This record gives sequence, C-alpha cells and structure tokens, in this order.
Amino acid sequence: MIEIKDLHVSIEDKEILKGINLSIKPGELHAIMGRNGSGKSTLSNVISGRDGYTITKGSITWYGQDLLKLSPEDRACEGIFMGFQYPVVIPGVNNMYFLKAAYNAQRRYKGEEELDSMDFISLIKTKIKEVKLDESFLQRAVNDGFSGGEKKRNEILQMITLEPKLAILDETDSGLDIDALKIVAEGVNNFRNPQRGFLVITHYQRILNYMDPDRIHVMIDGKIVKSGGRNLALKLEQQGYGWLDEAAAV
Amino acid sequence: MSDIDIIHKAADQKYKYGFTTDIEQDIIPPGLNEDVIRLISSKKNEPEFLLNWRLKAYRHWLTMAEPDWAKLKYSPIDYNAISYYAAPKEKKELKSLDEVDPKLLETYDKLGIPLHEQKMLSGVAVDAVFDSVSVATTFKDELKKHGVIFMPFSEAVREHPDLIEKYFGSVVPYTDNYFATLNSAVFSDGSFVYIPKGVRCPLELSTYFRINASQTGQFERTLIVAEEGSHVSYLEGCTAPMRDENQLHAAVVELVAHKDAKIKYSTVQNWYPGDENGKGGIYNFVTKRGICKGENSKISWTQVETGSAITWKYPSCILKGDNSVGEFYSVALTNNYQQADTGTKMIHIGKNTKSTIISNGISAGHGQNVYRGLVQINKSAENARNYSQCDSILIGDKCGAHTFPYLDVRNPSAQVEHEASTSNISEDQLFYCQQRGISTEDAISMIVHGFCKNVFQKLPMEFAVEAQKLLEVSLEGSVG
Repeated sequence: MIEIKDLHVSIEDKEILKGINLSIKPGELHAIMGRNGSGKSTLSNVISGRDGYTITKGSITWYGQDLLKLSPEDRACEGIFMGFQYPVVIPGVNNMYFLKAAYNAQRRYKGEEELDSMDFISLIKTKIKEVKLDESFLQRAVNDGFSGGEKKRNEILQMITLEPKLAILDETDSGLDIDALKIVAEGVNNFRNPQRGFLVITHYQRILNYMDPDRIHVMIDGKIVKSGGRNLALKLEQQGYGWLDEAAAV
Repeated sequence: MSDIDIIHKAADQKYKYGFTTDIEQDIIPPGLNEDVIRLISSKKNEPEFLLNWRLKAYRHWLTMAEPDWAKLKYSPIDYNAISYYAAPKEKKELKSLDEVDPKLLETYDKLGIPLHEQKMLSGVAVDAVFDSVSVATTFKDELKKHGVIFMPFSEAVREHPDLIEKYFGSVVPYTDNYFATLNSAVFSDGSFVYIPKGVRCPLELSTYFRINASQTGQFERTLIVAEEGSHVSYLEGCTAPMRDENQLHAAVVELVAHKDAKIKYSTVQNWYPGDENGKGGIYNFVTKRGICKGENSKISWTQVETGSAITWKYPSCILKGDNSVGEFYSVALTNNYQQADTGTKMIHIGKNTKSTIISNGISAGHGQNVYRGLVQINKSAENARNYSQCDSILIGDKCGAHTFPYLDVRNPSAQVEHEASTSNISEDQLFYCQQRGISTEDAISMIVHGFCKNVFQKLPMEFAVEAQKLLEVSLEGSVG
C-alpha cells in the first residue's frame, strides 16, 4: 500500500532522515524502534503531511500515486491515520462532534452519504465500549482534562471509528500504565485485518509483547540500520541499541 | 459603490436638486443645525418636551469634541455630510431578488435565511399577504393580552408620553458622550418596551424583532422598562448582513430594571464590515447602558459582534439595587481590516452586587480587537463581587488583540477577579484536525466555536445556531 524510497528530509537545513526505504503491504504490522531523536516521529509526520519538513530527495507512493502531493486532510481521507504521541486539546469542542465532523468529512471525500446524528451516536456507542471509555467522554471537550491513558484510548477510538487503511501509531505506548497499554494493544489487535496496515513507532519493545509484528526496523540517526522479525525486538530489549551504533556509523 | 461614495453623492445632490424637492422625497439635505432638528421633531409630531430635549442635546453636542481615546483608526467623520432624516424611507425598493448583490444572497443561503426574509432584509418589495406579517400580528395580540407594550419609539411618544418622559434619558443623559449626545439630538426611531409589574414576557421579543429588523435606522433609540418582578428577553439585530447605505451609526439603548426584574438583552451585529481591503463599512458608535434600580434585579448583556468596520461599544450596568446582578457576555470578531474597541462598565453601588464579564475576542486578517472594561466598586457597595475573564485568539500573524481592564475599588470588602489570555490557534490543533480529514477552514471555525461556546450558550436558542454559522461566514478567507 505504501512505498517509501530513499527518503531524505530536512528541517531548516538540518537533515533528519537520511535515506529511508520502507514498504508496507496490506495486513502487515511494522514496528519502528529507536532512541529519542532518531527521526521516528519525523517519518510519521512526513507520511501524514505535517508542515515544516523539506523533502530533499526520494518519494512516498500510496497505492501507486504520489502521496507527497496530497494535503494532510486528503491523506487522512485516503485512509492514513496517525495516532498522536501528544493528542491535542481543543477547548469547547465536543469530542463526539469532532469525531462526527471527521467521519463525515471522510465520507464526503469518498462520495458517500454523510451519517446523521442519530446514526452516528449509535455507531460511536458501540465503538467506545471497545476502548473501555465511559460514554461521558463523548460529551467532553476533545482531550480536555483527559489523563494520559484516556487521551491514548481516545486516539484508538478515533482510529477504530474512522477505519483507516494504514494506521500509524506514534509512541502511543509512551506514558501508559500496563492496563492502559493492554487496552490500546487489544484495540489494535481487534482492528487488524488482511486489508489494513500498521506502522507502530515506539521507544520500547514492551507494547510489541501484546502485538504480533511482521517486521521490526531499527532506526538510528535517520536511517533504518537493521530490520528483522520479533527476535530483533527481544534482542534490543536485552542488549539496548549500542551494538547497532557501529552499523549506523558506516 | 462604497458607503463613502454614497454619502458624498448624497452631499452633492444638495446642489443638484435643491432643498424643496428633497423634502418631498422625505430626505433632509445633509448638514446639521437647529432647523434640521426642529424639522425632524415636527415630522414626527413630537411633544414639546422632546423637541426641547433634542435642542438641548444639540447645543451641548456643539461644545463637545469627538473622543479619541479608543484604539481605533479611521478618517474623520464629516457630520455635515450626513443627512439626518433619511433612514428607513430612503432605501430604494427593489423589484425582485435578481437586483440584489449576488454575494449577499450567497451569504443568506449559507445562513439558511428563509426566502421571504431574504427579500425583506435586502429591501425587495414584498406582498402584503405573506407569512411574517400575519405572524407579527399574532405576536402583537399575544403581547397585548399581557399588557406588554412593544412599539416603535415614535409611536410610544404619542401613545405613552408619560412613560417616555419619565424614563427617557434617565440612564443615558443627553450630556453623556459625544455619540450619545448626537443621537439624542437627531435620533430617528427605535423601540420602546414596557413590561408591567409581575409579568413574564410570554415570548422572546427577538422573534418579533427579527421581522421588523430591516426597518431600523441610523440613529436608533431603544428604551426598555421592566417593572417590579417582570422578566423580558430581547434580541436586537439580525444574523443576516443588512443592506444599509448609512455609514455612521450611533445608537443609544437604555434599560431600567426595577425590584426583582430581569432583563436579558442580546445583540447580533452584522453590519457591513467593508471589503477585504478595508474599503467602506459601517462605523458603529453605540451607547448601551442599563440600571438595576431595584434590589435583586438583573441585567444581562450578550453580544456577538462580527460586522462593522469600526465598533465602539460598551454595554454597561449600573448596579444600584442591593443584591443586583450585572452580566456581560461578548464575542467580537474582526477580520480583514475591521477594528473593534468593545467591553463593558460594571458600576457597583448597592450592597452584595455581583457582576460577571466574559469577553472573547477573535482577530483574523488585519483585524484589531480591543477589550476595554471598567469595574468600579463604590464605597457604598459592601461585599461586591466581580469576575472578569477576557480571552483572545489570533488567526494569522497580522492581526492584534489588546486588553485594557480598569479597576476602581473603593470598598475593602470587594472581591474582584480578572483573568486574561491571548493565544494563537496553534498549528498543533490545526494539524490534529486535518489529520482526521477536516479541512483547514472547517478546523478553524470548529476551534473558534469551541472558544466562543461559553457566550453562545447565553444566546436565545434559535439564534445561537445562526450565530455560529455567522461566525463561519465572517471567518471565510481568513486562512491565507
């Protein structure tokens, strides 16, 4: 579905990504691991179209078309979802209203009929049970006064409601206690299917204990220095990133 | 043609057509002097006391200077280039909607204004037998049953001169300020509302007013009196942009709340703001003040200001009765080159008086938005309390928001709190919305709605929805 080739990205003349190659097929779950500052979040921001990054070289294709030409909202409507590391507070905007606006914007994009309020409420009420949030969260302002865990579960709620083709989870596990982590992982697992791809970006392999990644990539200094299966994550957990630094320096 | 052009053209006409023709057309030629004031008064068949009041005001006005303390920039107003008796009748009646500016119609559609109201607002002649007229009559009967007086000011002067003489100018004296004094001299018409003792006005006067809103003039005068224990909710203005060829507006509103009475006054102001280059637009210099005369009375101002090139407006409360309550809820939006200097005055005189000020300013484009508010706790105001919260949000980097709170506390038992904040709509918020598929424009309007929620909640239900849409329309094009 998504094909990243030799991607070089700079922020204000400083090169952050130095030639990333990554291909995700429908049904696959890829994990990117790496230390803080290795460029993981830059990659997810560039895929979802955030401003402020200069692509100096390389390409990202999405089902054969040039993804970099699309606006962030069009990418979202095309089926790319990003779960934020720090979900944003929008004071005064009702959580359900926000989700409905997003849901219907995506339906409009696809030329589908919008859902009216009654239908949307019954949809969202079934979804919110899956992330074990109380229905009262629907009536609160978006992420306003939510705890860290509640914010992340709210991200998962948005994901399972919007039903993207590719879900990027940017450090969704950071700052979560073990119960919240399980709920998030369960949300992802239930949501997996042969048509849907995942890119899980994480600092720790902990969350991968609850998921079943097809491929693990290690990012150091803007490059993917090592790719492998599940065992790679375990090795990183035991030995840290040190043994890979040499590979990165080459 | 811009408003300025129209005024200049009107000024030129004096020489072209001469004095008498204009009178036949019910237009007094531009310029202001005592003869003009006598003429206005005689055209309205006013009693002696009102003419004298007008003349006193005019003579006082001549001694005054236009205030310059507001943070507003505009070219000087030529008061002699304005025709002071022209307002409602001068509007040219159009034959059909085809003659109306398509841009205006587009806005009406976006706001969901029904077709017959579109016609009325844009000055198209309407059939005598159309819905609203009969609706209006029904309202009138209903109000009459409860003894509520609600009529044009000029009519009230003839039918209830005793009430007018008693209350008119009792809250805003003719010496009050430059623009109020000018209004006192030349006011055209307006509304008079009287709610008898113990009556809860059976309907929102908004509903009725909306139907009549297209006839408001340039120098409006409103007086609302709520007798002991009565309640009234009044909505002035209209969410739809009004076709109006007058550039200067100087209205005066006076509210009187007796013991246990409650007045809720809501305004949605959407006069022509000028074009995207700041050309044209209404100058809106308004004096609004209410007095909580009796104990336990309450006056609540809610305003949504999105129109006018210049807004100068400070709806205020004099809290004279013990335990009386004053409230001010405001959303002011400036886009393009609009400027607003707005806020309130809460004057605490009675014991245990309470006031709340919630002001939300939104600046976009090159818009400048000022909150200016006075909280005065007088010596007599034992245990007075005030809470003020002024928040501003900026869209883009060429606009401005300014807050000037004045506190004057002369009683040590007072509790006064003031909170203020200014923030940008953050890139994070915008990107978050976009990443969910919401376009930038929709995202901005959503964030702004959220920001204004605490004020919109105070609006009468049916207008809260329109006010939101209005905000959306006013914000259009604010994203570069």
